Amino acid sequence: MIQFNNVSVDIRSTPILKDISFSIPETGLTSVIGPNGAGKSTLLSALTQTVPTSAGEILIDDKPIQSYEKNKLARTLSILRQDNHLTARLTVEDLVTFGRFPYHKGRPTKEDAQKIATAIEFLGLNEFQHRFLDQLSGGQRQRAFIAMVLAQDTKYVCFDEPLNNLDMKHSQSIMKQLRLACDSLNKSIIVVLHDINFAASYSDSIIAMHNGRVFEIGSPEEIMQDNILQALYDMPLHVQTINGQPLCLYYS
Amino acid sequence: MRLTTPVTLMLAIAAVTGLAVVSLFIGVADINSFDEFWSLVFLTRLPRTLAVILTGLSLSVAGVVMQSLARNKFVEPTTTGTVEWAALGILLLLLFWPQASMTTKLIVASLFSLIGASSFLFILSRIQLQSSLIIPLAGIMYAGVISSVLAFIAYRFDLMQSVWTWIQGDFSMILKGRYELLWISAALCGLAYFTADQFTLASMGKHTALNLGLNYRFTLFWGVSIVAMISGITVVISGIIPFVGLVVPNIVSLLFGDNYRRTLPWVAVIGTGLVLTCDILARVLAFPYEIPVATVMGVIGSIIFLILIHKQNQHA
Repeated sequence: MIQFNNVSVDIRSTPILKDISFSIPETGLTSVIGPNGAGKSTLLSALTQTVPTSAGEILIDDKPIQSYEKNKLARTLSILRQDNHLTARLTVEDLVTFGRFPYHKGRPTKEDAQKIATAIEFLGLNEFQHRFLDQLSGGQRQRAFIAMVLAQDTKYVCFDEPLNNLDMKHSQSIMKQLRLACDSLNKSIIVVLHDINFAASYSDSIIAMHNGRVFEIGSPEEIMQDNILQALYDMPLHVQTINGQPLCLYYS
Repeated sequence: MRLTTPVTLMLAIAAVTGLAVVSLFIGVADINSFDEFWSLVFLTRLPRTLAVILTGLSLSVAGVVMQSLARNKFVEPTTTGTVEWAALGILLLLLFWPQASMTTKLIVASLFSLIGASSFLFILSRIQLQSSLIIPLAGIMYAGVISSVLAFIAYRFDLMQSVWTWIQGDFSMILKGRYELLWISAALCGLAYFTADQFTLASMGKHTALNLGLNYRFTLFWGVSIVAMISGITVVISGIIPFVGLVVPNIVSLLFGDNYRRTLPWVAVIGTGLVLTCDILARVLAFPYEIPVATVMGVIGSIIFLILIHKQNQHA
């Protein structure tokens, strides 16, 4: 379980996260939603210790995150950030092999090779595995990075806006794959999403953030309410249930 | 098609060995007897050829390490102030301790390179807009500032000429006993190869590297130290040779990618071949006179570089 206990983060003395508390279970898909500047990405940065917390504590499996040795942490928690622009020319296979680096330290074993092959297969990248990343489309590249963090085989996997720059088809296929990873590989996946309908369709629970605070936490049904979403995004919108699934209409 | 097979690498090594043999047989001296030939080879020609090989190999590897740390393919020690700092160190040594031994010069030049390489990376970390062009431009400007300090001091003390002969890349002064410290920089390349994965990870960016459990600070420190020592050693013994650290990593990247564990041997082989070729041309083009290898490398390197930029545009 990941626990945030009264966590605050200041960046250049501006408070970005204010007194945040919540917990994320050991399995399941948790979405983080909220307007721009709500602190969603900073939340992931705090979790991966790339920004220092100014108050509170973050526990992973009941141990403070700072007490983890670097390599142990890399085998427990992984994150895929938004901007994965590589200047280095690596093949898909190279990239996914580096996902196993916390285990093999540069000398992949048979077990590593097998996990790498599984991750490549899982994301449907077999036919591209010897291609360089700069020879792939945006969607294929995104899938290669997802394969890398899945090969890392951590209990907790975070994604910061994995659907950025993807079309409908690829967005859907990525969400399906994350859901599948959650269910078949027993992982806890935390996804920052902008599209609340994707969040509602695929998540077990949703954390809604607003202005550096947790605004609301709940199941998709609990969060997908007119009054909650209107207050969260400060705009008129309307939730309708279509085929048993809550959908937020905000286009007009 | 996979080109990075042991067989193709062996072929490339054989070709470079051929170049090295050719290099042994180029010279002005008339050789009348077998004895004369051997003493000449051991005293000057073999040391020179070895110096060329070790320098080419080291400069290319230093270029790769620098590019991985800066995450930019258009930087190398001679365009980021590292080598200028080394030259500044040598100049100060000329001023204050002209009798200093070769080893002292090496140490001073390496320490100054360390300041140069780490200050450049520090400047990079402060630049907000990290576009692929801003980084090399910042490096060139920084190198320009340091070399004007160098020129100012040298001018004041009437040392322009001696500094110029010192830092101009040239192998004609290499004799037995004057190049052996280059083996240290070759050994550093070997160490870099053993930690190649760390540099590949660093080149994927701080966040990705940290996510994969890399000790990022240590890798930065380690890489900067390698670059600094190689720069210091090569500047003292061979002088400044431009473009090697820039074009060789780019050629290899284009052909084989940037998984350094797999590509670093290629970097070493191609770098050696390139500098050997330039040194042979430097001796042959104006025979029986010699052109400094840095000049030949400047011309050939810039042509290759322009071709590479053109190729990369086609890719992107």
